[in-house]
Amino acid sequence: MMKNKFSEKFSAWLSGEVDLTEKIAEEKRTEAPSRISKKEEAEETKIIRSLEKKEIKLSFKEYKVLSVVFCVILIGILTATVYFLPTFASSDVPAVNEVYEHYVAQGRDETGAVNTVAGMILDYRAFDTLGESFVLFTATCAVLILMDDKHKKPKKEMHETVNYSRDPIVKSMAAILIPLILVFGAYILVNGHLSPGGGFSGGAILGAGFILYAMVYGDEQALKVLSERKIKVVTICSLSFYCLAKSYSFFTGNEFNGVHSVISAGTPGDILSGGLIMPLNIAVGLVVCCTMYSFYMLFKRGRMN
Amino acid sequence: MMDFLMNFPFITIVLSLFSAVVAFAFKGSRARFVTYFLLLAGAVMSCFVLAYNLSSETGYFVYRMGHYDAPIGNEISAGLLEPFFVLIFEVVMLLSVLGGKRRIFSDIPEEKQKLFYVMINLCHAALAALCYTNDIFTAYVFVEICTIASCSLLMASDKGKSLIAATRYMIFSLIGSGFLLIGIILIYSITGHLLFTNLYEAITLLWRDGSYNFPLTVAIGLIVSGLCVKSGLFPFHFWMPDTYGTATPAASAILSGVISKGYIFLLFKIIFRVIGFDVFLATGVQNILFVFGILGMVVGSVSAIRTKNIKFMIAFSSAAQIGYIYMGLGLGTRTALVASLFQIISHSLTKSMLFISAGGLCDAAGGKQDFASLRSCAHKNKVAGAVFLAGALSMVGVPIFAGFIPKLLFAASAFEGGAKMFFVLIALAVSTMLNVMYFMRTALTVYYPLGAENGAQAKTRACASFAVCTIVFIALNIAVGLNSQPISSLLEKGIELFMNVR
Repeated sequence: MMKNKFSEKFSAWLSGEVDLTEKIAEEKRTEAPSRISKKEEAEETKIIRSLEKKEIKLSFKEYKVLSVVFCVILIGILTATVYFLPTFASSDVPAVNEVYEHYVAQGRDETGAVNTVAGMILDYRAFDTLGESFVLFTATCAVLILMDDKHKKPKKEMHETVNYSRDPIVKSMAAILIPLILVFGAYILVNGHLSPGGGFSGGAILGAGFILYAMVYGDEQALKVLSERKIKVVTICSLSFYCLAKSYSFFTGNEFNGVHSVISAGTPGDILSGGLIMPLNIAVGLVVCCTMYSFYMLFKRGRMN
Repeated sequence: MMDFLMNFPFITIVLSLFSAVVAFAFKGSRARFVTYFLLLAGAVMSCFVLAYNLSSETGYFVYRMGHYDAPIGNEISAGLLEPFFVLIFEVVMLLSVLGGKRRIFSDIPEEKQKLFYVMINLCHAALAALCYTNDIFTAYVFVEICTIASCSLLMASDKGKSLIAATRYMIFSLIGSGFLLIGIILIYSITGHLLFTNLYEAITLLWRDGSYNFPLTVAIGLIVSGLCVKSGLFPFHFWMPDTYGTATPAASAILSGVISKGYIFLLFKIIFRVIGFDVFLATGVQNILFVFGILGMVVGSVSAIRTKNIKFMIAFSSAAQIGYIYMGLGLGTRTALVASLFQIISHSLTKSMLFISAGGLCDAAGGKQDFASLRSCAHKNKVAGAVFLAGALSMVGVPIFAGFIPKLLFAASAFEGGAKMFFVLIALAVSTMLNVMYFMRTALTVYYPLGAENGAQAKTRACASFAVCTIVFIALNIAVGLNSQPISSLLEKGIELFMNVR
């Protein structure tokens, strides 16, 4: 009897008729031949369902308990680690080494940037920043894959959405603020190598300015000013420029290639100094700005046009 | 003149970033030609780098990314293993993209196909950077790109289920990234370095000194567990079936065959070049990897037996095979490490072949993936059936196929492993038995004789690129299986370089 059942089961498994992961479904199938009235059957499925629900609830409970336990353990370990870490800002820990000294002492002369952070991210460690700007590009493409659905009709504006363009206070304030914001963003971009800021922060300010414009004057108007095409062109040009410019400096950076870079650091403090830092800051800023603006448009409208 | 070849790793990375932008600028699915060109060019360049390193004295070079030397600037490095693995990844990606071409056209809406190819270019850039990097923060940046791009590969198919699968994958992947990032931050705040070479010196000194051993152990544990989560080691493999089952075959092949392997290669590189193998063994993390690797081998195979969806089965088998890699790392002997690296190669070649051919089989069965509908579909698509059979034989570990060599090496290494020998041998035996069970069942199902009820359907013609790619896959697999000696000696030399040359 037992053997017979096993071989039956085995042949069912072999032919792909039985899924051992779905136990309940299988039990139901084997019970089907026994004649029971429809009412009873319905009740039975009800019971099975409630059992199933109970099981799910139970596993949810287990899941909650386990996740809390796991988190508590992780928090405990990490807190203990922090206790054992070297003292912050003390001078005799191993983290204070020649790298840090070199950046502080010679960063200004070597890179030509008064803002040491800009010198670090766009000259010493420019490869990482190249990667970071491509993270933004990847994210934009990912949101485009997720959202940009040309078959769907544009969503109707929801009733609750406040139409700011009819509000005289918001509109007149925005008319004053938006140019200021954009000019400030551009200032931070261009002065990235001289003062705090740079590509990422300046680009975020520019992007915020355009988003404010879109909120106050409506998406259609904003898309007339900054269309999908323009955004694409700007992103593609900035990223290509970044790739080519940095390829040049990576290529010339290795002596065996026999080519020396013609770009000089200039006089630290001048607006035209710091070699490639200023153009790269502008490129990064434009990518950040376009990414923020297109995220806003895509998540609000579901598409870019 | 020969020195110019040292530029190739950097050109590979920047060229693939650049071609992602170029592909984005193109209209329609013409972007795919950019991808084909990039992958071909990348493969050729990796060959040159490998040849250069084989012929040079040290077999290893460091390339400055910028105008500044090691601890100040940024650099990439290439020994023997890096170009070799990049080459394997490129070949597998190219074959998967070409072989799954028809399914890409049918699964992904037309306007998104371009973005799909953009994402493949970005994945390639990230993988090349993960292999060549000599800086732990660069590694993290490209891990980020890899995570987003691989999620997008999943999202591209226009199905609700694939979105859920992508979300699930993203959650797991982000947890992994988070662990990795916390680990990197801890290491940086202790040592103050980011470059592999300097980190290695600092960590070795500090470990000998002993004052920061606890935070160092935690940081190493976090980095290792982060990369384990991302590559799908046993308790974290639950995203695999959904993800691989719903994505288009090319995406599943790339994800399982290449991307998870890229993370594992990065883990190897970090263990040897950052942490140092002696320190790694002293932390005891390898024992945990050993246990979970063995559990994964058994649990993954059992799950593969229980499911009735062919793609879920292959996905669970992936979890089992990744268990082998971690078991080798946990054993920690030289032969076991070679076996692990060999397992990465053979699994990468075989699993992508299985996913592509399973896609062909499902097409023949009318798009369904469960075994009942797959019955005797190998007669309808003969090429897919044959390729699946070859893949199954390789997975099980039949001689002349690539899958046989790592199993042999694992068994050989078990005898050096001391107390772990017993567990390794038993796990190998059990796992191989389970492998045979589920692959035999699949082979029997798809080669079920054509009966009256299912013989009437017309044969589906396999498209040319599918046939060519899958045949190249089989040829590669057999070539690797037959030429195991040069490859394993290359891997051994590579590990030697990883351990000793800085």
